[in-house]
Amino acid sequence: MNTSVQQTHEPVQMSEEKVARAGSIGSPAASRARARTLLAIPVAASVALAVHLGVSKNQPLPETHSYSVFLGIILGSAGVAAVAQSFWSHLRRWMRHMCPIIAAAVWLLCFWEVITSGLRLLPLPYFPSPAAVVQSLIDDRRMLFDSTCNSLILLLSGYLLGLAVALVTGVSIGWFNQARYWGMPLLKVVGPIPATAWIPLAMVLSPAPRFSAVGIIALAVWFPVTMLTASGISNTRASYLDVARTLGGGRTYLIFRVAIPGAMPSIFIGLFMGLGAAFLTLVVAETVGVKSGLGWYVAWAQGWAEYGKVYAALVIMAAFFSTIMTLLFKVRDRVLVWQKGVIKW
Amino acid sequence: MSASVATTEGSSLRILGVSKDFPAPDNPLARVLALNAVSLSLAAGELVSIVGPSGCGKSTLLRVIAGLDSPNSGELWIGDEPISGPNAERGLVFQDPNLFPWLTVRRNIQAGLVARGVLQEKRHEVDEFMRLVGLAAFANAFPHHLSGGMAQRVALARALINHPKVLLLDEPLGALDAFTRMRMQDEVLRLWQARRTTMLLVTHDIDEAIYMSDRIVIMTPSPGRIDQTIVVALDRPRQRSSPEFLRLRADILEQLHFAGNAIRDRSPGVGDSSSGENQKPPQDAKPEEPDLAPQYTESRTVRSPAPPSEPLDAQVAIIGRDPAGSSLGG
Ligand SMILES: Nc1ncnc2c1ncn2[C@@H]1O[C@H](COP(=O)(O)OP(=O)(O)OP(=O)(O)O)[C@@H](O)[C@H]1O
Ligand SMILES: [Mg+2]
Repeated sequence: MNTSVQQTHEPVQMSEEKVARAGSIGSPAASRARARTLLAIPVAASVALAVHLGVSKNQPLPETHSYSVFLGIILGSAGVAAVAQSFWSHLRRWMRHMCPIIAAAVWLLCFWEVITSGLRLLPLPYFPSPAAVVQSLIDDRRMLFDSTCNSLILLLSGYLLGLAVALVTGVSIGWFNQARYWGMPLLKVVGPIPATAWIPLAMVLSPAPRFSAVGIIALAVWFPVTMLTASGISNTRASYLDVARTLGGGRTYLIFRVAIPGAMPSIFIGLFMGLGAAFLTLVVAETVGVKSGLGWYVAWAQGWAEYGKVYAALVIMAAFFSTIMTLLFKVRDRVLVWQKGVIKW
Repeated sequence: MSASVATTEGSSLRILGVSKDFPAPDNPLARVLALNAVSLSLAAGELVSIVGPSGCGKSTLLRVIAGLDSPNSGELWIGDEPISGPNAERGLVFQDPNLFPWLTVRRNIQAGLVARGVLQEKRHEVDEFMRLVGLAAFANAFPHHLSGGMAQRVALARALINHPKVLLLDEPLGALDAFTRMRMQDEVLRLWQARRTTMLLVTHDIDEAIYMSDRIVIMTPSPGRIDQTIVVALDRPRQRSSPEFLRLRADILEQLHFAGNAIRDRSPGVGDSSSGENQKPPQDAKPEEPDLAPQYTESRTVRSPAPPSEPLDAQVAIIGRDPAGSSLGG
């Protein structure tokens, strides 16, 4: 039995090897494409470094130095990854996907440097060079870190509070006729008001600005999540409910095991819309009321005309918000695996 | 057939003059009569088929029995209890599989156990039913990865796991290929014989109705009502190609006015000769009919007018083994 298994395995292995060799050496077009992917980042980083050293002879030293190190790190890690990918197929797949986009980002940095400190096409205090932004990131890292933490706490507490309330109201409005009758008009009238419009009122009503900010963010999240939860629940297919009833399911089963799972795709649309609204409201609330967080930091740096810091905070904000967005996507992918193949994923 | 009453899981089912109407699609004031004074009674452990053209109210009847729709008039009894609302004791396999797309095959099958809160005690049965419908390898697949036939098998297992007293089947095997269908027919029969669940099977397949059921109810549309009931007095296990089977089949087709063409096509030469021949074709098609005919013609109720309670009684009297039915007249 053993021998027969080996016999069947050997030819398969050989053919796989052959295919691999054919892929790497056999076809010149394929290997050229692969080399192009691998070289994209090192080439872009080298050019950017050369441009930087060329244009920044008259710049302050620490700024020049940090940015050179930054580009050097990109160049170095691209080189290390190019070597490592020949052993590690997972990394190879990731690089084939990511290399072009990272290279494009480096080219963009290079272009930015050319039009700012290179050709001085843009008015200076408002448009610093990438080197100045990197330097601000490094110089002000403590404060940026604290601001990010404060923003994160505010965002999460507001989002989760709004989410919890919205799921309860949304399911009630979607399921119970009484709740729909009384809740729907309220939702339709109060919901469309932008949450930020409540800020003046909230600041009067609440003793601490942090509380009012949490409340406002929660309100911003509440509307879209409630709306889409309610519509998802009330659009539950009647035949699923019929099946559940003939299987002996009571009301709890119908709501929690049929209506809510069936409404999940719709609920997630609400969650994404709510997250966008929460970002917006967070930044506005921080700028106006709360004296901490990234929104406040941007306003503060702008007050001192330190635009390098403004851009640094924007970079952090971009990374921060997109990370949270990605996390929500990951959660959705887990919860809605069953949709894989049903909808365009 | 009625020997193994001791192990009966099923209950008798009585439907007395049930009517159901719906708003007409074109005119909001008018009503469509989907069921018109339908009376039918099934003894505990009986397997009855319903055949009839599309739109004659078969699905509506099953929904009313399941408790999903309430009738406008009439009574429904299961054993000694009136039917009010859906209940796990009356399982229904729908025309579409209607699997929950967010649950895997295994979780779909165990949905009934979860709904009744008995998953812990009955968990071992899930594997049994997955093997029964031949889907053990797909336990963790989601419904949209299944073929139509596989999905319908999951739906069958999902209804069976609750051990219903009455199982209502709305064309459950319609989506299956011929071979799987015959295998599933045997599986359903095996289950039925093991548990003596009372079954009411809607089907479009005459062969299936004859192969499986004790009685065949023929329904006609607008308004939906029971036209006649045919007793299938063939011994089990039945042979799909035995002469008695084929003769009964031809007879039912004739009742449904489909026999003419089929038989004319089969007999060569006389094809287009005369249109009058359509009236009585069986005579030259089946010369040996007379000696076997009494077996089923005797026990058949023919053409009943709208409220069929009287002919049903007559038929029950002929068979003499339907206690639930005999109480119908009294
Ligand atoms: N929910 C409903 N609303 C309005 N009319 C309905 C409804 N359900 C059924 N009907 C009508 O009742 C009649 C019987 O429908 P039913 O679904 O019971 O037919 P059926 O015998 O099951 O047909 P098929 O063999 O095609 O499944 C049809 O005329 C249909 O239009
Ligand atoms: Mg139907």
